[in-house]
Amino acid sequence: MLTQALFRALDKKAVWVIGIFLAVAILVPMANLLIPPGQFGHVPTYLVSLMGKYLAYAILALALDLVWGYCGILSLGHGAFFALGGYAMGMYLMRQIGSRGVYGNPVLPDFMVFLNYSELPWFWLGFDNFWFAMLMVVFVPGLLAFVFGFFAFRSRVTGVYLSIITQAMTFALLLAFFRNDMGFGGNNGLTDFKDILGVPVQAQTTRATLFAATAITLALSVLVCSLIVNSKLGKVMVAVRDAESRTRFLGYRVEYVKLFAFTVSAIMAGIAGALYVPQVGIINPSEFDPANSIEVVIWTAVGGRGTLIGPIIGAIVVNLGKSWFTTTLPELWLFALGALFIFTTLFLPKGIVGLWNQIFGARKTVAAGDQPEAPTPEQSADIERGEDPSSFGHEAQPKPAE
Amino acid sequence: MLILRALRLVLLALPFLLLPNSAIRAQEAATDIPAAIQAMGEASLKELQQIVADLAATGSDSVVPALTALGAGNLYLDETSGTVLIERGSTYLDPISGEPVELGADADLSKIRVNNGLRRDIAAALAGMTLMSDNPSRRLTAAQGFLANPDPANIPLLDEAIAAETDANVLKAMQAARAVTILGDGEQSVEDRQAAVPLVASGAGRNALTILNSALNGAPEELVPTIHSAIAGLEQERAIWGALQNVWFGLSLGSVLLLAAIGLAITFGVMGVINMAHGEMVMLGAYTTFIVQLVIRQNFPGLLDYSLLIALPCAFLVTGAIGVGIERGIIRWLYGRPLETLLATWGLSLILQQTVRSIFGPTNQMVIAPTWMAGSTEFFGLSITYGRFWIVIFALIVFFMLLLILNRTPLGLQMRAVTQNRRMASAMGIRTPFVDAMTFGLGSGIAGLAGVALTQIDNISPNLGQNYIIDSFMVVVFGGVGNLWGTLVGALTLGVANKFLEPYAGAVLGKILILVLIILFIQRRPRGLFALKGRAVEQ
Repeated sequence: MLTQALFRALDKKAVWVIGIFLAVAILVPMANLLIPPGQFGHVPTYLVSLMGKYLAYAILALALDLVWGYCGILSLGHGAFFALGGYAMGMYLMRQIGSRGVYGNPVLPDFMVFLNYSELPWFWLGFDNFWFAMLMVVFVPGLLAFVFGFFAFRSRVTGVYLSIITQAMTFALLLAFFRNDMGFGGNNGLTDFKDILGVPVQAQTTRATLFAATAITLALSVLVCSLIVNSKLGKVMVAVRDAESRTRFLGYRVEYVKLFAFTVSAIMAGIAGALYVPQVGIINPSEFDPANSIEVVIWTAVGGRGTLIGPIIGAIVVNLGKSWFTTTLPELWLFALGALFIFTTLFLPKGIVGLWNQIFGARKTVAAGDQPEAPTPEQSADIERGEDPSSFGHEAQPKPAE
Repeated sequence: MLILRALRLVLLALPFLLLPNSAIRAQEAATDIPAAIQAMGEASLKELQQIVADLAATGSDSVVPALTALGAGNLYLDETSGTVLIERGSTYLDPISGEPVELGADADLSKIRVNNGLRRDIAAALAGMTLMSDNPSRRLTAAQGFLANPDPANIPLLDEAIAAETDANVLKAMQAARAVTILGDGEQSVEDRQAAVPLVASGAGRNALTILNSALNGAPEELVPTIHSAIAGLEQERAIWGALQNVWFGLSLGSVLLLAAIGLAITFGVMGVINMAHGEMVMLGAYTTFIVQLVIRQNFPGLLDYSLLIALPCAFLVTGAIGVGIERGIIRWLYGRPLETLLATWGLSLILQQTVRSIFGPTNQMVIAPTWMAGSTEFFGLSITYGRFWIVIFALIVFFMLLLILNRTPLGLQMRAVTQNRRMASAMGIRTPFVDAMTFGLGSGIAGLAGVALTQIDNISPNLGQNYIIDSFMVVVFGGVGNLWGTLVGALTLGVANKFLEPYAGAVLGKILILVLIILFIQRRPRGLFALKGRAVEQ
């Protein structure tokens, strides 16, 4: 059965994506390590880290796409799961500093010595073990998402209400982590990392390895997402997205489907955060900023939600743009980002991938001929209400808040 | 010894204690004050004592600087010219006029010496004089001074002063001072001290608790329960006032939230549009106020006090017009897709913020409060700043105006009709697109009004709106949409709850707690406190 699922999941596109990222995982580190600097084809180390950062963002965007694109849950708090994963990794890296900190305390990180801690807080225990930290990377965001989602979905908090309370969640965490006495380094966050698994974080080989790990994780994430969305459960998720009440009346436990998607997505976001932190060398509370979480949404939207490749393209493209803007025209970046939000929602509702399909897929659809147009959201809402969409001229009309 | 001292004091104070004020003034003429002060220079200790008594007997305020200086050892005699001078730092002042005096080149200064006995006399004389001063506020200060430094020797003096006192406030302070003194005096009878306890509790103000607590040390057995009960009473009273103060702060915060959230409630309630740029409308309202004040200051300085009032319609029109523009330009294309609207308006908020930052710079701008909004007032122990007070009033006015618009105007009727059943309203001939635009304009305009109010309590910066947007959403979600009363209750509840949690949990943790509580609340009532009921819910 598993193999069957695998075959079904590995449709042609997913295979291509996975293949590309596995190739990238091998080729880029090789180009960095084996080709000497200055020679054609050499990838400088800073670029490796930068690309590693983008790929970590891509995992995050893919995670969001799983809940938003496939399950219709717009989470404005995915940055929180990302940051929690990052903090778990950061705590491990802090413990690895050992007595090399400024204060030379073998157990306590510098900021704790500075704040007069006498011993390690209980929630820091165990983070000197890599396996424990990795467990927490998965467990903490997963648990938060599970508990949060359990309550939210059970009481049928949907649509913009859910978006707003996820935003409130990440905002609350932002405030909490800014506090010095939380024991997470306050507004300075965790930084000044030295070692990961016994090798220096800053070393060229480590950076190349981290890049490879990120690329492979991305490939695995695509595989997992592909498995999910192509399974029966994935079909139910899409059904929940398009017509939640109808799915419920058909006998599906909508809240559990959502809870599953939300938790898996949060775990992926946490892993992305854990891969992100050693490559950028710092994690601080600003990662919890609601604005960051909304930015993730726009990556996904730009690339094309409801597809597996879209969010990856979106994350990489938008962040390339961000890097370019913030170095050359820093004051224009927010204009560009804002315009991107408006432009995408107004003119590119299906993102880059949708545009691609529109241009290059048109001939194929005509050739196939038998694929009916999928109903637009308004039409499916009409179907939900038991009205025939074809009986109305469908102008966009506002609806009062539910 | 004690009795002797008291006796001497009474004797000292007697001449003017017993005489009415007019008589004291008559005596003023009897003693030649400048001459007496000049005489101090050459006087022996005994003569000095007499002079001090004479001066005190004049009851004139003009002798106070000289006596104070003598007691503090700052009174000098210039041996050459024979004049008496007060030393202050490096300058020398005339003891009566207080004017600086140029010293001659051959000036030979020597300090006028006093001993401890004389110093006590001077202190008592000064205290007695101020306590009997013509000026009630000076008497009040003197009584407060006695309260702060209780000395049993002063009791007779206070008794006399109390007997002569006519001003109720001063009388109360004097009685409190006397009670504090008696309470602290181990030689007084237990009954007297017991009787003093309630006076201390009621009269000593903020210090009553400390005074009572210190009196507890070394108090006789019989006294302890009385003091304990007084302390308990005081603490309870203080808790009540503290709570009331918190309620006031909470209402003040809540009214700010109300202003920020009410426009959001309209657009969200009527159109189902999540306007993430709402905070920026608030910010633009604040900047409009700033510009209006700038223009007024440069062109019509006389109107500066009314600049806020002038800014109100300006801000409403500016942000309202921008709101209509946003609705026509962006939001109208996204109806039925609330999540996309959310993203587009977020993008818009980034653009607006960056625009303002480019024009005005990232630094904070100032709007000066008009004089009628500056300062504060005491209201039964609550200190109320006028700025906050007017904001509360203003928020309520805006709220009820809006209620009036929604319930009593044609536009309001159309808005409600569109909220309840868009298709039917459209079929009845209501121009729903027009109503949408007007609704959005109204919501944005009210955000602009909120911006005007916020200039009085917050910095005007491009990020101003960001600080309020999440809180405003919380208010709307908590209160429930489609019902303005829900917004009112939600805003005030959140404001008060915030202020009540702050003392226990700290400002940040309090805020986190509120967020968590709202998240939990949403689980119980996913549609807010005042949810719409009936068919509208399911649409």
